[in-house]
Amino acid sequence: MIYREAGQFKTSYNSDQALLPIAQDRFFVIGLLVVAYVVIPFVANDYWLNSIFLQFFIFSLAAIGLNILTGYAGQLSLGTGGFMACGAFSAYKLATSFPDMHIIIVLFIAGLITALVGMLFGIPSLRIKGFYLAVSTLAAQFFLLWLFNRVPWFTNYSSSGVISPPPIKLIGDYYITGTQATNLTQYFFTLTLVVVMSLGARNIIRGHIGRSWMAMRDMDIAAEIIGISPLKAKLSAFAVSSFYCGIAGALWAFLYTGTVEPLAFEINQSFKILFMIIIGGLGSILGSFIGAAFIVVLPIFLNSAPAMLGLQLPGALVTHIEFMVFGVLIVFFLIVEPHGLARLWGIAKEKLRLWPFPY
Amino acid sequence: MMQAFLVDPFVVMYDAPIFFVEVFVSGLLSGVMYALVALGFVLIFKASGVFNFAQGAMVLFAALTFVGLWELGVNPWLALILSALTMIGVAFSVERIVLRPLVNQDPIIFFMATIGITYFLDGFGQTIWGSEVRPLDIGIPNEPFMDFADWSGLYINKFDVFAAVVCSVLVAVLAGFFTKTKIGRALRAVADDHQAALSVGIPLKTIWTIVWSVAGIVGLAAGILWGSKLGVQFTLALIAFKALPVLILGGFTSIPGAIIGGLIIGSGEKIAEVYWGDAFGGAIEDWFAYVVALIFLLFRPQGLFGEKIIERV
Repeated sequence: MIYREAGQFKTSYNSDQALLPIAQDRFFVIGLLVVAYVVIPFVANDYWLNSIFLQFFIFSLAAIGLNILTGYAGQLSLGTGGFMACGAFSAYKLATSFPDMHIIIVLFIAGLITALVGMLFGIPSLRIKGFYLAVSTLAAQFFLLWLFNRVPWFTNYSSSGVISPPPIKLIGDYYITGTQATNLTQYFFTLTLVVVMSLGARNIIRGHIGRSWMAMRDMDIAAEIIGISPLKAKLSAFAVSSFYCGIAGALWAFLYTGTVEPLAFEINQSFKILFMIIIGGLGSILGSFIGAAFIVVLPIFLNSAPAMLGLQLPGALVTHIEFMVFGVLIVFFLIVEPHGLARLWGIAKEKLRLWPFPY
Repeated sequence: MMQAFLVDPFVVMYDAPIFFVEVFVSGLLSGVMYALVALGFVLIFKASGVFNFAQGAMVLFAALTFVGLWELGVNPWLALILSALTMIGVAFSVERIVLRPLVNQDPIIFFMATIGITYFLDGFGQTIWGSEVRPLDIGIPNEPFMDFADWSGLYINKFDVFAAVVCSVLVAVLAGFFTKTKIGRALRAVADDHQAALSVGIPLKTIWTIVWSVAGIVGLAAGILWGSKLGVQFTLALIAFKALPVLILGGFTSIPGAIIGGLIIGSGEKIAEVYWGDAFGGAIEDWFAYVVALIFLLFRPQGLFGEKIIERV
């Protein structure tokens, strides 16, 4: 009875095209934003802000990026980690070469550079698809990481191998990176970035570019016949996806870990993000968030669960069990709900519309 | 700069031809080992159209089981049989628990499911057998044939030759199995056309179990050979990443393709590392094969021996 659109009339084209046409959805999203901006900063401690929320936001961005490519455009990619590393190192080079550049510009340009690199590695997608493409995106993963590991120019000829981003001011005296940065500043900055960028993603996907991606995913030959250029559709998907992954990678290195190192963007990171979009839901922005939250919280839960039950397990064993649980969950979700948790949310909404009647 | 890439390596090759042959041969021999891993992928892809990402994990799991049993004091031959049986068990459970509920889904869903299997097997194997590096000595010395080296100046490793022989025998047995036996014919029928095979009464589910078992046993062989070279440890699972470019080069559906692809990648990689490695800054083995495969794909998307009907975009 609560969730229904009866009586909500659309009187203009603008309201018909609104992002959230149903009032209840609008209230829900506004409520969520209020919680994120007002409640959480007061309630959460430093551990929650830094380890959980920051990680969650960054993973969400990366997951949105991969979801654009894999979920919407149907091009399976295993090179997310490589693109994230590309974003991190471009941002590092920019921030050290132009110390006065504002962090937002640094991130934006790093994203653009990654988008270019992504398009370069997306070229094979014009001739191959499916598994062949998935394997060739691994080339991006291995080649980019090797490049950042081996070419000293990218690390500014640092001898130790551990490099930290320079301290950058956001506004006034508020630092966003380095030791003087507070968790709260970082929290608000990433939160705003995530909100803006997911709005952007949502709108790109609703527009003609997004539709061309989905057409290409569903049936490429039919898409070509109705006048969609596969070249434009695929390369734009690679570019936008890499843009998001690049910014996520830069945030990961600058804000979350505070060190720029290729090790953080290994192949496992790529798989982690792939899992997020499988569990959350392929082809869904909401799913990217749910999947990211799931993957961030699950290891924390698995680590603390044995202690709660009074068991003392060695650390290595917990890692192995984590692997097993991940594997089982992936298979479980694929069998039970190939469209992920976001689909369950959709089903719940359908049910709510009819409640209390069965149909 | 250009000289380091275009001139110097060839000068070195010309100056020391014997060394070049040595590098080439050792590359070919390690290529055989790549081919062995790639073979597992091809078997499953041919018969079920599933791109089995878990092949690397199966290699690790099989090797861990073998070494674990051996260390428990089981006779090595018995351990070999028991590990083979374990891999058949894995094949049964995979078919029953993962593949059967997913019938009729997109190939990409199957692929992701095998990534899930990969994680599970990696975790499961290490939970049971532990994650420390275990040396594996199967009694073949890792040293060159000295007599042959004295005679020709070529140092060829005994172990590599042994591995190559094992691989050739395995391939010959598999080729015989595929062409001469009833099950082999059924496998090829399924590979050609699932529906037609079902309609002439070939049980698809049994066939799937059989190919996964065969792939598991090939994985066991690969695991033992690689394990005695590198030690049985988690990095064995990463061997799969070496086999993927081999697959692209050879085509996903061709057994000879896997072998020849393995030889090309193995020798190319060694030569590139030895002669061009310094010019690039070293450790190019990680990505060289991928870049070769990528460039190759642009010109011939179906691979060397792949079926021509690959869907072009």
